[in-house]
Amino acid sequence: MTVGTRIGVLALQGAFAAHRAVLDRIGAQSSEVRTPDDLDDVDALVLPGGESTTMSMLLESSLLFEPVGKRIADGMPVLGTCAGMILLAREVTDGRDDQRSFAALDIGVQRNAYGRQVDSFETELSIRGSDAPFHAVFIRAPRIVRTGDDVEVLAEHAGTPVLVRSMSVMAASFHPELTDDDRIHRLFIEQVRTTR
Amino acid sequence: MASPNTTGSMRVQRGLAEMLKGGVIMDVVTPGQAKIAEDAGAVAVMALERVPADIRRDGGVARMSDPEMIEGIKAAVSIPVMAKARIGHFVEAQVLEALGVDFIDESEVLTPADEAHHIDKLKFTVPFVCGATNLGEALRRISEGAALIRSKGEAGTGNIVEAVRHLRSIIGDIRKITQADSAELFDWAKKLNAPLPLVQEIAETGWLQVPLFCAGGIATPADAALAMQLGAESVFVGSGIFKSDDPAPRAKAIVEATTHFRDAHIIAKVSRKLGAPMTGISMDEINQRYAERGW
Repeated sequence: MTVGTRIGVLALQGAFAAHRAVLDRIGAQSSEVRTPDDLDDVDALVLPGGESTTMSMLLESSLLFEPVGKRIADGMPVLGTCAGMILLAREVTDGRDDQRSFAALDIGVQRNAYGRQVDSFETELSIRGSDAPFHAVFIRAPRIVRTGDDVEVLAEHAGTPVLVRSMSVMAASFHPELTDDDRIHRLFIEQVRTTR
Repeated sequence: MASPNTTGSMRVQRGLAEMLKGGVIMDVVTPGQAKIAEDAGAVAVMALERVPADIRRDGGVARMSDPEMIEGIKAAVSIPVMAKARIGHFVEAQVLEALGVDFIDESEVLTPADEAHHIDKLKFTVPFVCGATNLGEALRRISEGAALIRSKGEAGTGNIVEAVRHLRSIIGDIRKITQADSAELFDWAKKLNAPLPLVQEIAETGWLQVPLFCAGGIATPADAALAMQLGAESVFVGSGIFKSDDPAPRAKAIVEATTHFRDAHIIAKVSRKLGAPMTGISMDEINQRYAERGW
């Protein structure tokens, strides 16, 4: 890890503490981002799972929407999981009309497309370039319904992409922060290191 | 890879509780109120027939809501929908699971159906939240399969004092257990009337096995921030929103105060011009303490 590199975790709502615990475990410095000042202190950003409608509203009221969008456009590495992936997607279906996204990743996602909580599940995935299966937890997960030409698919589940990357933007429809396997966070940290 | 999907595991159940952290779950009695709650940034709604303040006023037996009304609320919003079952009423819970609600609250606000047994929550796919007044109660509910614990507080009063007492008791005992030596943990388990392995796990991790939220008496943005600063990880607001003068702006203000709970300037800003909060009642004015239901 480059000295002084700090990963921000958007902490408006959701599983931000779980992401920080993983970053801690792999020796990455992290801090919570709730205001524009907090954002100035970080080199990369994790958008956690939670409720994307709530986060979209709080991004506006906390005056974070424009500055986060600008940082991502300027190349700040970002990892979005579940609701965080929705915030990064170019198109969102079954969202609220006033729901905004950063449109930083050329994918289309459908909210809650894997069903309600009784349909939430865990399963094993194979991740490109990695031998061991990855245990993945899907919670009321969004489904990727379209991927652009520049989007690299790193993992699929039942023929649908679930882990994707394009330039310095990475997104998962599942929750790598809820298991002990930290390979996806390590992959993100590698990306942060090469970007700097 | 053809790997089977596992639903309803403890990890999947606790996972949804994790996603609700830092948020506000609002009691609603109509699809219209559910829309207002979602518009204000609620992370979930609790669908029920009467808010606790009305249950307190009207008396009678309070039961699970009409499935039709729960369906209406599910159709109105895209956020998770919770609903309440009576303590020990496992058939109400089966019905709620069949309706596809996202979380069941085995709630002391409804009239208990069993005087000795809570629901065996390990048998369900849907996650459960249960109330607790102290750590022993919280651990007994976790051992029965609760995926989320909330303080009971005193629902329908608009008075935060009981929730503060419960949070301080739960979190204070967690703090003491992390300082205890291994021999003392046996005594803690006995004193709390809780399973020893769960007590030992707390000593090791320093926290509950599941998230801890606050419920019971939140009426203002400052109340929500108080609960969060005391260590709650999210808040439930029952009567506090829709029994106030102007629910929509109050709901949004409570959401913002919950996110920015350590920033007094933001709490001050969002607390302006909200109209009157619910009137509320003090503890010596009430004749039925819901927090005493359950054990």
